[in-house]
Amino acid sequence: MNAQPITEVAESRPLPSDSASVSRAVTPALELCGLSKTFTLGGGLFKRGRTLGAVSNVSLRIPRGQVMGLVGESGCGKSTLAKMLLGLTTPSDGDVLVDGRPVRGADQKALARHIQPIFQDPYSSLNPRKRIAQIVGLPLRVHGIGTPREQAAHVAETLDVVGLPRRAAEQFPGQLSGGQRQRVAIARALVMRPDIVICDEPTSALDVSVQAQILNLLLDLKAEFGLTYLFISHDLAVVEHLVDRVAVMYLGRIVEEGTREQIFGSPRHPYTRALLDSALTPEPGLGVPDIGLGDATPDPSDPPAGCAFHPRCPKAQATCRQQRPRLEDIRGDNARVACHLA
Amino acid sequence: MPLLEVNNLRVDLPVEAGTLHAVRGIDFHVERGEMLCLVGESGCGKSMTSLALMGLLPRKARLTADRLQFDGIDLTMLSERRRSDLRGARMSMIFQEPMTALNPAYTLGNQLCEGLIRHRGVSRQEARERAIYLLERVGISAAKDRLNQYPHQLSGGLRQRVMIAMALMCEPDLIIADEPTTALDVTIQAQILRLLRELQQEFGTAVIFITHDLGVVARIADRVAVMYAGEVIESAPTPALYANPAHPYTRGLLSCIPAPGKTPPGSRLQAIPGVVPSLVGHVEGCAFRNRCPQAQPTCERTPPLMSLSGDHRARCHYADRPVPAPRPPETIS
Amino acid sequence: MTTSSVSPTASSASTPGTGLGEISLQPPAWSRVTRRLFGHRGLAIGLIVVGLAILIAIFAPLLAPHDPYHQDIANRMVPPVWHDEGSWEHVLGTDKLGRDTLSRLLFGTRISLTIGLVVALISGVIGTTLGVLAGYFGGRVDAVISYIITTRLAMPVVLVALALASLTGGSLTTVILLLGLLLWDRFAVVSRSVTQQVRDAEYVFAARTLGCSLPYILLREVLPNIAGSLIVVMTLEMAHAILLEATLSFLGMGVQPPLPSWGLMVAEGKAYMFFQPWVIAIPGIALFVLVLAINLLGDGLRDLNAPGGRN
Ligand SMILES: Nc1ncnc2c1ncn2[C@@H]1O[C@H](COP(=O)(O)OP(=O)(O)OP(=O)(O)O)[C@@H](O)[C@H]1O
Ligand SMILES: Nc1ncnc2c1ncn2[C@@H]1O[C@H](COP(=O)(O)OP(=O)(O)OP(=O)(O)O)[C@@H](O)[C@H]1O
Ligand code: SF4
Ligand SMILES: [Mg+2]
Ligand SMILES: [Mg+2]
Repeated sequence: MNAQPITEVAESRPLPSDSASVSRAVTPALELCGLSKTFTLGGGLFKRGRTLGAVSNVSLRIPRGQVMGLVGESGCGKSTLAKMLLGLTTPSDGDVLVDGRPVRGADQKALARHIQPIFQDPYSSLNPRKRIAQIVGLPLRVHGIGTPREQAAHVAETLDVVGLPRRAAEQFPGQLSGGQRQRVAIARALVMRPDIVICDEPTSALDVSVQAQILNLLLDLKAEFGLTYLFISHDLAVVEHLVDRVAVMYLGRIVEEGTREQIFGSPRHPYTRALLDSALTPEPGLGVPDIGLGDATPDPSDPPAGCAFHPRCPKAQATCRQQRPRLEDIRGDNARVACHLA
Repeated sequence: MPLLEVNNLRVDLPVEAGTLHAVRGIDFHVERGEMLCLVGESGCGKSMTSLALMGLLPRKARLTADRLQFDGIDLTMLSERRRSDLRGARMSMIFQEPMTALNPAYTLGNQLCEGLIRHRGVSRQEARERAIYLLERVGISAAKDRLNQYPHQLSGGLRQRVMIAMALMCEPDLIIADEPTTALDVTIQAQILRLLRELQQEFGTAVIFITHDLGVVARIADRVAVMYAGEVIESAPTPALYANPAHPYTRGLLSCIPAPGKTPPGSRLQAIPGVVPSLVGHVEGCAFRNRCPQAQPTCERTPPLMSLSGDHRARCHYADRPVPAPRPPETIS
Repeated sequence: MTTSSVSPTASSASTPGTGLGEISLQPPAWSRVTRRLFGHRGLAIGLIVVGLAILIAIFAPLLAPHDPYHQDIANRMVPPVWHDEGSWEHVLGTDKLGRDTLSRLLFGTRISLTIGLVVALISGVIGTTLGVLAGYFGGRVDAVISYIITTRLAMPVVLVALALASLTGGSLTTVILLLGLLLWDRFAVVSRSVTQQVRDAEYVFAARTLGCSLPYILLREVLPNIAGSLIVVMTLEMAHAILLEATLSFLGMGVQPPLPSWGLMVAEGKAYMFFQPWVIAIPGIALFVLVLAINLLGDGLRDLNAPGGRN
């Protein structure tokens, strides 16, 4: 059963439904093995460009029904990672396993039944020339699921689930507010009843008052459909609120990974610590902390030798400059960290 | 006398469907050396207010005010020329997107020095010295070399620092910073805010800081003005606002961000249901009442600005007294 | 004055609001469309003139007082009606073969509009295909197509068209084909750059993750969102094609006699232009008005299509 390619399993699934097979409990919903992506910059028809390692050797397991948070500074490769999981970018190296089966070579449609995205910008994630019903129904039509009547019913049902009025079906995206658009994007992701949803900064373009509505919705849906999320965000308070485990990325690599309590309670990597320190909670009188990082933001196409964080790290030592620390579970508590001093 | 005094400031914009009242009669003041934060939802008129103060409103916009005084000078009466002098020398602005505010065709040195040479008549050499001093103060190493670089050669965080240095060049009395850190990530945001706060205290500059991040406000502001739908609905010294928010919108804002340690992870957050009303045409009554958990029939009338303790004001009929028949607050996902 | 209604009851979170956070991308209500159309004077004029031209082209046989090909040797070079020797029989006079100028002018509309439309369609298909592919795929595809576009831009259209037409011999079909194969550059340039913007829109990512086929993505997700810009290019190229046809016909390499092409009418009248200037003035003015109107239409559409300010 496990050796079966993903395509056939997907093909044999009828209408999207929440069927759970027995063997699923053990294999993680999503597993990344040594995933890497290299971009070539400035190449032309006849000349070769420089290379940029946007994601390097990322390994991660996301257990079924859990939320994995992914944080890190701007440009560290979070969106590139998400795009590889969604099949939008082919990895330069490494594998993605969905339900223990490799995705490489599986066709996009089969993958789409398992993984769906929610993107950052509710203004560009919906085609402005299509009605909401068309947008949400598109997955069903592309996959030829059900008759047009069944599809319409399914769309209406999904709009209910995400808390949109049914009359929204006939409207265009331009007639909806940012929060409503994000609900439409969520409906589109859910209409196929996927197992895994990749959320790339789903609330960062929304006002805080709307953000809370969307976060509540995501939590409800997770409980209702047993979804597994990869949740990418800059907002640490939101991440702490939502996730079960967190992975911290720096310059294309994961530098620390662990449960929410481990990361937020006792961070071990200096970058994680700096990140947590710079989160400004609404507590007046505390002032802005001095996080003690230099401003030497590294060039991703020319990463520093050794630990990529060493030029900014307040604790850096000679080894840090020469040797790259490995991401290891040092204490055997199922938390991994890549730092010589951890 | 406060450095800046604003009374009943209005900004109207003609749009296709009628007139958009982007700013609907706001009052506030800024003392010398003070940091005032303007907070509010997207589209509530924060940027329009700052552009009105700077005299940089879009051409079609109409501005009226009972009083718009900067250090005793009536800004509404000023000629464009004097206005422009004032803008360079005594008020300056930091924009959200530094790339659009820096001219890609000139070196940083040119852009930094230009204002000082024009407004203060100093020599190029003196101007360069001050530029180098300020770049070093904002934490840019090798400042001398940077003067010959172009904006695109810098990262976002560095550009924002350059903008801060540029705003400080003429030692202005007032800096207006419109979401200067929204585009940056948290570590850089913390560095820049710290720097701004330090420099502000060192030079005694007053700052109007615009943001929608309540975390940022709590950490840097002396006083806060919360805006909603073109009005200031609550203003108070920062500790008072966070301790006793008087307006239901402020309370809503504060309770809908997850607070580590207070909101249990995975629990439901309080959300403010509904959306902001349209500001096109005449807005009658409390603009928040379609989203307010405690709205009453009284709220159909425009609420007055109630004075609470000290410097704490709120524009709500029930800011200082309980609501007659309290309804349980609704949480809608 | 409109009063924005703020209902006192807490409306549910899902009320589609007329909130501030919206951008006006939605197809506007019909009344708003007409207001915008006629609020723009150039656009209105362009629309009316082009609309009239289309009606004239369709109903030319009903409108024309004479057969445009009928030669009446007895009535050669009759001046228009406002002239002392003019008559109501031939309102705009006759040409050197005694054919009625008004009738030829009316039938000529058909030729000009056909050329404009068909050329714009052919070049539109070629240019848009190239531009969309280049913009969507980027990289090597883009490099190759950009190279083709640059090559095309380096060719002088009139000279190349003249040379080719003189090889093949002029005719209506050759002119259409030639111009259609030559005038696609602007379509390619514009569609390439607009596609580059649309390609990275998240709704295109969403369609790709669903496993939508490439033709679906290009035709249903990308094309509708670049169509606005293409329509503008289309009007400009129509005007361009009409003028080029007139030029080629005037030089004898375009539409051949006795077809009533306006360019040809000018050419046939050029021997008389000092003493009977109306022979060339009348088709010349018709050409000028039509091309101007189409350009006004294009400009107007571009303004309408331009992204307005927020809300
Ligand atoms: N198509 C591409 N070609 C070349 N470089 C790319 C491409 N896409 C991304 N990059 C580079 O890869 C790196 C990672 O980008 P990515 O968008 O994944 O960052 P991110 O972590 O999502 O950042 P943010 O938080 O700002 O969204 C960046 O340096 C970016 O410039
Ligand atoms: N050029 C313009 N023409 C017409 N309306 C405008 C223009 N610029 C802004 N507006 C409108 O004026 C109102 C106030 O806008 P403003 O930019 O001040 O909001 P803001 O509070 O700065 O929001 P944000 O947090 O999104 O920057 C909004 O409703 C906006 O749509
Ligand atoms: S005035 Fe009424 S509606 Fe407005 S905030 Fe106060 S209680 Fe709510
Ligand atoms: Mg990203
Ligand atoms: Mg703004």
